[in-house]
Amino acid sequence: MELTAVPRKISTNWFIKNRWLVLIFIIIIGSIAYAYAVNGRVTTAVLASTLRQSTPLVLGALCGLICERSGVINIGIEGQMLMGAFLAFMANVYLGNLWVALAIGILAGALMGLLLAFMSVTLKMDQIIGGTVINILAIGLTGYFYISGLTTQGKFQPFALGPLAEIPLIGPVFFKNPPITYMAIVIVFVLHYVLFYTRWGLRTRAVGEHPSAADTVGINVYKMRYINVTIGGMLAGLAGAFLTLEGVGTFERGMTNGRGFLALAIMIFGKWTPLGAWGAAFLFGFTYAIQTQLQFMGVNLPPQFIGSLPYILTILVLAGFVGRSRPPAAEGKPYEKEGG
Amino acid sequence: MSDRLSPIADDAPIVLEAKGITKQFPGVLANDQVDLVLHRGEILAMLGENGAGKSTLMSILSGLYTPDAGEIWIKGEHVTLHSPGDAIIRGVGMVYQHFQLVPVMTVAENVILGAEVVKAGGYIDIREANRRVRELSKQYGLEIDPTAVIEDLPVGLQQRVEIIKALYRQADILILDEPTAVLTPQESNELFQIMHQLTAQGVSIIFITHKLKEVLTVADRIVVLRGGKAVGTVYPAESTEASLAELMVGRKVILQVDKKRAQPGKTVLKIENLEVLDERKHKVVKGLSLDVREGEILAVAGVQGNGQREFVEALTGLRPVVGGHIFIEDEETTHSIPRKISELDVAHIPEDREKHGLVMPYSVADNLVLNRYFHEPFSHRAVLNRDAIAENGRNLVKEFDVRTPSIETHAGSLSGGNKQKVIVARELSRPVKLLVANQPTRGIDVGSIEFIHNQIVAQRDAGVAVLLVSAELDEVLSLADRVAVMFDGHIVKTLPIEEATRERVGLLMAGSEEE
Amino acid sequence: MATDTTSNETVNRTARYLRKAWQGISVPLVAVLLGLIIGALLLLVSGAQPLSAYGALFEGAFGTPAAIQRTLEKATPLIFAGLAVAFAFKAGLFNIGAQGQLLIGAVVAAYVGFSIQGLPAIIHAPLALLIGGLAGALYGFIPGALKTYTGAHEVITTIMLNYVAINITDYLADGPWKDMTPGNIVARTPKIFPSAVLPSLGNIPTGFILALLAAVVAWWILYRTTLGYEIRTVGLNSSAAQYAGIRVAKIVILSMMISGFLAGMGGAVETQGINGRFQPGFNTGIGFDGITIALLGKTNPFGVIPAALLLGAMRAGSSKMQFSAGVAPEITDVITAVILFFVAADIIVKTLIRQRGTDDDKVTLSTGWSGH
Repeated sequence: MELTAVPRKISTNWFIKNRWLVLIFIIIIGSIAYAYAVNGRVTTAVLASTLRQSTPLVLGALCGLICERSGVINIGIEGQMLMGAFLAFMANVYLGNLWVALAIGILAGALMGLLLAFMSVTLKMDQIIGGTVINILAIGLTGYFYISGLTTQGKFQPFALGPLAEIPLIGPVFFKNPPITYMAIVIVFVLHYVLFYTRWGLRTRAVGEHPSAADTVGINVYKMRYINVTIGGMLAGLAGAFLTLEGVGTFERGMTNGRGFLALAIMIFGKWTPLGAWGAAFLFGFTYAIQTQLQFMGVNLPPQFIGSLPYILTILVLAGFVGRSRPPAAEGKPYEKEGG
Repeated sequence: MSDRLSPIADDAPIVLEAKGITKQFPGVLANDQVDLVLHRGEILAMLGENGAGKSTLMSILSGLYTPDAGEIWIKGEHVTLHSPGDAIIRGVGMVYQHFQLVPVMTVAENVILGAEVVKAGGYIDIREANRRVRELSKQYGLEIDPTAVIEDLPVGLQQRVEIIKALYRQADILILDEPTAVLTPQESNELFQIMHQLTAQGVSIIFITHKLKEVLTVADRIVVLRGGKAVGTVYPAESTEASLAELMVGRKVILQVDKKRAQPGKTVLKIENLEVLDERKHKVVKGLSLDVREGEILAVAGVQGNGQREFVEALTGLRPVVGGHIFIEDEETTHSIPRKISELDVAHIPEDREKHGLVMPYSVADNLVLNRYFHEPFSHRAVLNRDAIAENGRNLVKEFDVRTPSIETHAGSLSGGNKQKVIVARELSRPVKLLVANQPTRGIDVGSIEFIHNQIVAQRDAGVAVLLVSAELDEVLSLADRVAVMFDGHIVKTLPIEEATRERVGLLMAGSEEE
Repeated sequence: MATDTTSNETVNRTARYLRKAWQGISVPLVAVLLGLIIGALLLLVSGAQPLSAYGALFEGAFGTPAAIQRTLEKATPLIFAGLAVAFAFKAGLFNIGAQGQLLIGAVVAAYVGFSIQGLPAIIHAPLALLIGGLAGALYGFIPGALKTYTGAHEVITTIMLNYVAINITDYLADGPWKDMTPGNIVARTPKIFPSAVLPSLGNIPTGFILALLAAVVAWWILYRTTLGYEIRTVGLNSSAAQYAGIRVAKIVILSMMISGFLAGMGGAVETQGINGRFQPGFNTGIGFDGITIALLGKTNPFGVIPAALLLGAMRAGSSKMQFSAGVAPEITDVITAVILFFVAADIIVKTLIRQRGTDDDKVTLSTGWSGH
């Protein structure tokens, strides 16, 4: 048997292994630079809008990711977002404090996450059906308790991060945003670190790949899944709070409009990594951002066609990428401790 | 009698003792008042056939299951084990038959999992982990690369990782569950050497197996389990294979299948330079050639994981062929769909009976028509004939001695042996030219094994060409007329049964080419 | 003696049959009860009177012949949607796209209804139904083919296709197929010709009868034909299906198409039997209702009917409830979700009523996104 002690050379091969990614990245940077040269104002506006549109999407994708990395499929992101959006909005209306409203939105998401964990871990319910329960429940509850005509004190406003905001293009896009958008960016990097460099991350991934291996070394699979799914719910709640406290500023019935499902496609496109999801979310955010831009520019396409773009993109991404990336091996399967 | 009592065993201090262990599962009493003693530095073999309760007992000792009754004492202390973590703390490490390793992670990550040493913020110092693994592998002579990814390693090395994992947790009581099931005879010998090295350093080992020869070679003491009960403790010096087999099964066992000389006829199956890929697109069948004639059993021997599964799936149309040719009689079936191959009177007993062979929630009767439901009388113009399906079910259940409450019972609720009988009944109750049987007796009771062996020989005597694929050398040697040894995706040598000695086949299975 | 044993056996068999029947319906019954109880608690919390609300709901659903007719009308598309979901379930597919397939069926049936003039009713009405169904089947083909050839999971693709269908039908009803009657400003198609309209038999809508027929046919296909055997085998164990020589890819696509056909036909019935034209914005959420109904009916086509009637009654009575008890109709969505929860979490209900045993036909849906 050959036993070489040579570690895999990941760093040197990285550019060659990901040459397509690198190439696409260069093309995108090039096109942005070109667009900026041609029309700086519009380019800046579109990119800033892209970042904001991508915020709920990347948060949703991170929710899906942290759940699936621990082995639980979450198709209830949509419902969790909707509940977060609704309760954050109601809190904003009645308490009039944006930060308290934000906390309540996150809490709402956490509770919905807990519900999913209860259904999929404790009750061992089919996870797709469990997620569907959450979606229907969220539509029902928000619809039932919603009263139209409520007004709020306002929404989160952008603030500049000192001199960084003065950098052309990059400044206005990345460093002049409202708080939840900043938070999302921070969370992307924090989650990346936690998932791949810490004990918690190692255990989470083990539980999602091979739960019985984790169990036999004394890791509590159920507990890991409960906590991860609940944190995931908090992220979805934050995404929802973004919509009502920062993005739109008000609540409408069914306002998430499928973003929770787009988030799943983004998660897959990003190969279950936070940084990948961030990149993928930009692409999707862009399809939203150009919708308004195209209308401003007077492009003569039926609005329904442009409105379908994110959904069709999702289908294409799934069709093109799902077979090529590898999901956590144990996702979707309830863990049975005593099989007999 | 007492002059060859093990030199270490009985004087050495007791490190583990189980008293009156009882465990009930729905419908089965898996362990019934089992007692067990393990001494320091001893290799204790636990022998029993499938379903005797060995694995359950070991799962209890390693904290995975909790017993319904009984006491466990470790190093003089009465303990209650609620989880594997409890057992690990007390120095009990288990190496499971199905490795408990995360395939996409590295050796070191798997070793430290659950017992990580972290810095501030939960940060894992992976370099330190690699260093610890290298240190352990040097100390115990278990060479391994800590940065290798598990799924890239051969099974023998994966087993080493499991042992290192236990040692990293400072285990001094090791439980090895059927560790040789996936190894060649030579690799097994290597493992036995490692086991002796470990016991020399004070580790005590419980070694679970159903292979009689190994027990006699390696064990200091043997405990035999049958039907959930410990039925005897014996020493290798005073035992023979036959005496152990009798103790294990509870009656005299004929270790040899009784069969006449083969009368081979014309060639039924011919395979030339077959090439097949696995799920990860790696070529695992690399230019395999063989032929099987009517009236003979050709056994493909080999350690599992040498491409047998992919080979059989390609042969039966379940997996695409990327190179070479397959002929069944005069028809080329290289790229045929499963239905076409089946309709050429090819019967297939699949390796994984629960995955491929049966639809668990279906009734026994519905499972018995799985490959013929579209034929008369089971259906007429695409409309099913429920009466004919039921009738067929009743007949086959009787003929093949399937023990089931009724033909409406779900296949999933039958025992392993009876599930396999349902598959055998379905496959052999129609005209057959070629029988492909992949691991047909894995994990079933001795009674069912004998029944299925006799069925296979009966098919051969009726003129069927039989291709048997098996990782059990004993099964190969007792059934085959010719033995084709498979290693690394191809047949290294085909021997007539007269020339196929255990040693020769064992060497070939390990990949050593002759001449 | 002989007669004794036979009669004993008959008694035993009846007892066994009754026990089995009870096992079949106990979980759904208890789930519905729990759904109503939790709904009542929610009403109490929000300051409404549960009894008067439920009373109004019941009266609005069954109080008068007209109410009953409305219940049947509401139940009709729900039966179709429930059948569509249940049929796909049997093949191991989770079709959340019934809503989109229904919309496409409805708009296409409307087009056949308003664009072709001069056909006799005996041809025109069935033709519109059939083409509406086929349009739904075609729309179901897309996720089926995507799953087979690319591995894209149908749960996401069908949801996305729902949004796309809303956009497509909006566009058609506000663009090329818009009702150009002077004075009309809303997005809708012209009225279909009377020859395409499904008549009502007294208080019983023809569409409802068609829905019952569809349930019978779906059941017959699933349990009495080789195709049904193949579909169920694929749903329960696709590896075994492949081993048995069944072409799994074909079955997956075909099942999605039959499922889409059922949903599309539901849309056509809605257009031809109730609305008389296509107008965007109807039946949102019917895809989710279909899931609840299919699970409540234990994915059996006959079980779908009572489940759909229950939800139809809630829909039919909710406007009366809003009117006379002042309760928002969305409470029925909450009740639906709670019912779904308890049906899916049958382990809770079974513990409550101390029942043991497992389901015969439980398909596993969540196998990961790569499907196979």
